[in-house]
Amino acid sequence: MPDVWIPAQMQRITGAPDRVQVEGATVRQVINNLERMHPGIKELLYDEELDDITPGLAVIVDGDVSQLGLMERVNDDTEMHFLPAIGGG
Amino acid sequence: MLDYTPNMVLTSDKQYKVVGTRPVRHDGADKVTGLARYSADLNLPGMLYGKVLRSPHAHARIKSIDTSRAEAMPGVRAVVTGADIVEPAGRASDLAEGAMINFKFLSNNIMAQDKALYKGHAIAAVAAINSHLAEEALAQIDVEYEVLPPVMRAAEAMAEGATLVHERLAGGHSAATRAGGILDDDDATQGTNVANHFEFRMGDMDSGFADADVVVERSVSTSAVHQGYIEPHAGTAMWHDDGNLTIWSSSQGHFTVRDHTARLVGIPVSKVKAIPMEIGGGFGAKLAVYMEPVAALLARKAHAPVKLAMNRTEVFEASGPTSGTEISCRIGATNEGKITAAEVHLTFEAGAFPGSPVPGAANCVLAAYDIPNTYIEGYDIVVNRPKTAAYRAPGSPAAAYCVEVALDELAEKLGIDPLDLRLMNSAKEGTRRPTGPLTPTVGYIETLEATKAHPHYSAPKDGKRRGRGVASGFWGNNTGPAAAVALVNPDGTVTLTEGSPDIGGTRASVSQQLAEVLGIPVEDVNPQIGDTDSIGFTSNTGGSSVTFKTGFAAYTAAQDIRQQMIARAARIWEVEPEEVEFEDGVLKHRADDQLQMTFQQLAARQVPTGGPIVGRGGVNPGGAGPCIGVHIVDVEVDEDTGKVDIVRYTAVQDAGKAIHPSYVEGQIQGGAVQGIGWALNEEYYTNDQGHMVNSSFLDYRMPTSLDLPMIDTCIVEVDNPNHPYGVRGVGEVPIVPPMAAIANAIYDAIGVRLTVLPMNPGNVLEALWEKNGG
Repeated sequence: MPDVWIPAQMQRITGAPDRVQVEGATVRQVINNLERMHPGIKELLYDEELDDITPGLAVIVDGDVSQLGLMERVNDDTEMHFLPAIGGG
Repeated sequence: MLDYTPNMVLTSDKQYKVVGTRPVRHDGADKVTGLARYSADLNLPGMLYGKVLRSPHAHARIKSIDTSRAEAMPGVRAVVTGADIVEPAGRASDLAEGAMINFKFLSNNIMAQDKALYKGHAIAAVAAINSHLAEEALAQIDVEYEVLPPVMRAAEAMAEGATLVHERLAGGHSAATRAGGILDDDDATQGTNVANHFEFRMGDMDSGFADADVVVERSVSTSAVHQGYIEPHAGTAMWHDDGNLTIWSSSQGHFTVRDHTARLVGIPVSKVKAIPMEIGGGFGAKLAVYMEPVAALLARKAHAPVKLAMNRTEVFEASGPTSGTEISCRIGATNEGKITAAEVHLTFEAGAFPGSPVPGAANCVLAAYDIPNTYIEGYDIVVNRPKTAAYRAPGSPAAAYCVEVALDELAEKLGIDPLDLRLMNSAKEGTRRPTGPLTPTVGYIETLEATKAHPHYSAPKDGKRRGRGVASGFWGNNTGPAAAVALVNPDGTVTLTEGSPDIGGTRASVSQQLAEVLGIPVEDVNPQIGDTDSIGFTSNTGGSSVTFKTGFAAYTAAQDIRQQMIARAARIWEVEPEEVEFEDGVLKHRADDQLQMTFQQLAARQVPTGGPIVGRGGVNPGGAGPCIGVHIVDVEVDEDTGKVDIVRYTAVQDAGKAIHPSYVEGQIQGGAVQGIGWALNEEYYTNDQGHMVNSSFLDYRMPTSLDLPMIDTCIVEVDNPNHPYGVRGVGEVPIVPPMAAIANAIYDAIGVRLTVLPMNPGNVLEALWEKNGG
């Protein structure tokens, strides 16, 4: 199952541990399953109106910022992080 | 081709014909002969001239605005205020590039509503038949202010009972939601100046420091500095009878100009065409929109085109500087030089609205090192200063100033060469970063080794009061969606339309990637930047992304052409496409060497063989590889005056693959020079009323060519495996190391650690006097 790293503040808000194994074949499925395990976390990661990752947040899949967001496919050995989206100058 | 002896360290032996060469840039002749048109060069029939009335106070409530006297002036055609601009709700929205925007704050920054939040904040704007009349009309606008005490520095803004910049600002508590929003009316929570506070933890800090034999602590302070581009912001807007709007401006992203203007004047993006003019520098600050929506509002009221242009004082007072910061760190290491733990505390001033580059600082500050136990926290603080904008590697330079000085102290305490200390603790592929993800393929070690081997590092330091310093800098680089369309012309040339404004020679670097695939000279490519109706969405020219992402799009378009030409040749020769190969600009039958045709010959026959050949590339590639820069600087310090002179400077950097080495070197030199200015001279000097008192280039001292030696460069090439040619972004990281490298060199020269930027003569003398007991 994908290995999801939970940001420190989200751990406090939701009681989730720092890392958690979550089922899912896409980022969307992983977030939905994460919500079942730790209610309240989805609204921090997902913007319902945009149907997208929360603005300002980037999902990192296996070391790279995902360009497909919720649609990104993940594998059993995938490592996922949620980090601030960094633009540039 | 330019005559140049490369100074490179290569880790790849791939050979290319166009990639890696140094052709003259396609836009060069127009730029040096004055034919290129920048944003303020545009003049339209019947065009009006706009001027902006700006707040004389750093913090004031706007009690009333009376524009009637200005509106009654002959020749004045329109006046707008905050009542005319759309003020969206305070929720944040995403941008394709990854930079987040809160449209309420954007609207409030472009035109003030109930409060002026910094000196220079736009209050109203006028359009008139000439600029002098427009300026006179500004004086006829009556604004009644209730002046409030300004909050200028982060520490003051964070103090208990501090004056609030926004009475209802919500504080965020996550690196993921970095810009604060506005509290709901029924929310009893108190407003705050702390727009965000976040943390990253890795490992066990207590045991990490317990394992350390030596611990160094360091605190630094930096002032706000401006990006200092030559060309001030300007924009022209014209409405059409069908309700469509055309905008001409220079920016780092005309799709952003389109999207933001549409939102703030209340029309769909499909009704806005943004035409990119040439850009005279941006360095991050032209990612933001200031003038275009105001020009559009004025033009709509006046029923005529309106041009708005800032003067230099307006650029300083009302467009984005970068943050002033307070940063501290603690680093522990064993006697052998292995770093066991590091913590960094980052406090960044965001200006009048949330959204400083503190997340970027957190992402970069320890990323080049392999440290098992780390803690990073960041604060985003609103103050009564102009809203900060991105500035080259946003957040990373100030953070590196603190940590790279501390590493120098650590090396001294341990008796280890400072480059060896960095080598011993360098991250490599697979190292876990303090923010969590694993490090991809990088060239940190190769770059440090190239620095150590550079003749500058072992050269004797001639002269008294001369010192040498080194420092590293990290930047993650960015990517995003990009589009390119390539048209094959009958004479065998190719017209390439791309969506990225060209700031640093990217017409050339993108064209080279197309030419490499097609096997044609890059001089046969005619690149142009398409407007928003002519090319697919392309994210901003920022994050050192263009040669990576738009180059990828051009590569894809070229591959599309290549496949079409193979099919055309097969049709002409009456064979299957699989029997045809395309190599070095020549189409050949795999078995029959009599069947050959050059790219140019087939281009001439494209119409009768199936119509025009058009290649397209629309991509959103991941995997922009991070990069590191390591700088060596020699300084000479005058202990009587405190003046610091740069005697010698060398910048070493991993470029992945340098598509056009001259422009990579130019980026490295430009970034280093901006960093030197940041280190030694530049600052927003404000009085006790929060007014910037050095808002001209006479008083805001940027380095010139007379102040500096040649910046020597060394390009290290460690391919990025996620790009067809191995490209990494190069434009931002060279501004990261200079401040720390210079501070370390000053210490080597006179034995004083400078912990406040700028290290101008006054600050150097004060530090010397303190060292010498007054």
